[in-house]
Amino acid sequence: MAKTAIEAQSLNKWFGEGDAKTHAVRDVSFEAYFGEVLYVVGPSGSGKTTMLSIISGILRPNSGSVKIEGTEIWSLSNDALADFRLHKIGFVFQDFHLFPRLTTAENVAIPLILQKREWNEALKEAETDLAIVGLKDRAQLPPVRLSGGEQQRVAIARAIVSRPDILILDEPTASLDGDTGRNIVKFVREHILTDQRCIVIVTHDSRIYEFADRIVKMEDGRLTGIERENVENLNAQ
Amino acid sequence: MRGILHIAYKLLVNDRPKYAALLVGITFAVFLMIEMTSLFAGILARSSATVVNIGASIWVMDPAIQTVANTIPLPDYVLDEVRSIPGVKYAVPLYSGSALLKLRDGTFQAANIIGLDDTSLFGRPTLLTGTIEDIYGENAFIAIKDSEFYKLQSPKIGAEFELNDHRGVIVGIAHVVSSGLFGVPTLYTTYNRALQYIPNTRFTISYLLVEPKSPADVAAIKQQVTKAGYLALTKDEFIAKIANFYKYQTGIGTNMLIMTVISFIIGLSISGQTFYTFVIENLEKFGALKAIGAKGRELIFMILFQASFVALTGYGIGVGLCTCIIWLARLYLPDYAAIVTFGNLWLAFVMVVVIAAISSYVGVRKVRKIEPFDIFRG
Repeated sequence: MAKTAIEAQSLNKWFGEGDAKTHAVRDVSFEAYFGEVLYVVGPSGSGKTTMLSIISGILRPNSGSVKIEGTEIWSLSNDALADFRLHKIGFVFQDFHLFPRLTTAENVAIPLILQKREWNEALKEAETDLAIVGLKDRAQLPPVRLSGGEQQRVAIARAIVSRPDILILDEPTASLDGDTGRNIVKFVREHILTDQRCIVIVTHDSRIYEFADRIVKMEDGRLTGIERENVENLNAQ
Repeated sequence: MRGILHIAYKLLVNDRPKYAALLVGITFAVFLMIEMTSLFAGILARSSATVVNIGASIWVMDPAIQTVANTIPLPDYVLDEVRSIPGVKYAVPLYSGSALLKLRDGTFQAANIIGLDDTSLFGRPTLLTGTIEDIYGENAFIAIKDSEFYKLQSPKIGAEFELNDHRGVIVGIAHVVSSGLFGVPTLYTTYNRALQYIPNTRFTISYLLVEPKSPADVAAIKQQVTKAGYLALTKDEFIAKIANFYKYQTGIGTNMLIMTVISFIIGLSISGQTFYTFVIENLEKFGALKAIGAKGRELIFMILFQASFVALTGYGIGVGLCTCIIWLARLYLPDYAAIVTFGNLWLAFVMVVVIAAISSYVGVRKVRKIEPFDIFRG
């Protein structure tokens, strides 16, 4: 049976108080497994980004629990949680958030440098990961000299450089044209997904649904269903 | 932590327009602050030139004296009274005044005249040409080779001039530690010749120069002089009194202070605003770093490092630029009064640290407030 990577139980998150209170996530529970690509989909304002932030240790829920590989992340101190994210979770942000004043290799090396790895060693490892995403020859260029698709791949290289078990991609196709977006997600599916890694993608781009193992649907903060339940297939892997 | 600071360094210096603007702001502020305070230090140092050059341990004067240049003559009996104080090793009179010289080509030139005690020649300058005994010769004067020397038409030994229809002869060229403040040349002669050549009031002694038998006698000497109705100050006290006069009673100190504060405000405005913009532009990136796993204190270190780095670099360039310009100015304008002191450098450093602290405080506040969730939310 596939091992559970993320276990979310009865998550609730609201913003504001009184009349201004907005319930962004309501009683959401689900599990994500190693070796699968899990999509979280839904219209804008459905609470998927809030839910993603909660399960990745960035936004504290008002109630509920999140276990990653058995660790209750919201019982950790702030510093311990930051360390947990640094070692266990890789992020690919919607707008990439690459530093324009650093080279591509330096951008990719950031998680390793935050892990207190030696500068040159981190850069060497970053170049290895740039080779994985097919951008070895762009290592010394600033990200602004790269195309949108290439920047996305740099962001993916940065997310995987510390070998995280969980990879979080927020709207990975939002800043890219249709073909490039599709190719990026296909690339992630084919080259980044391993049996020891769980990939969670938040998207509302139906053109890339084919690359999901399961699709979690959200609406008004609630989980409204899970499509393509092929956990059995995962279990069989 | 070194890796984080390396990232901070690269983010700063690779943003060349902002880095340049930050450096210009700090450098300009440091340059102005050091220039202003150095000018003031130069003025203060020169205002006490006579006190420094004569070098007496204790100066006895009228209590109303404000600066060494404005003398109030003392009666002769004060000299005897001071000499009779126990603890006084010796006491000699000093003449200090000004006169109008008529040079060989007929031009008139104001000059400081210092009359040294005829017997001891206490406070004599260091001779570069000639011998000190020549000061006893007929009409003898020693010219001081300082930044104003050329105003005497750079005389050589034997050069003549007129002083109140008396003939004067240069018998020696000497050097002193400090040039005067008022841009006039200085001549040394004997006390009695000074009185003979320059019209005087009833009392003639400008100052009494006193040497105590031991440092322990200074307090008692001062007390006895005060009882006699006069004022005795040590060399350092007299220099401080003159400095206080220029600082607080002439407006020079206030003007210099205002200029220094304006320089500080200019530096703070340029650097503070540029650094704020720099942080704001990178704020989302800092948020992304936080999301990836950077701790809040690591981001704060980055901001503090960037602010400190730019402040110290700007400080170094500002000090270098100011020193070069003062050096060049003194090369072409020998009487340019500016001295870069450790006090000036320290003051400018403290102000730069304040600029860096205020600039980074704003950045630190922003970075502390940024939440990684904002990055996801866009």
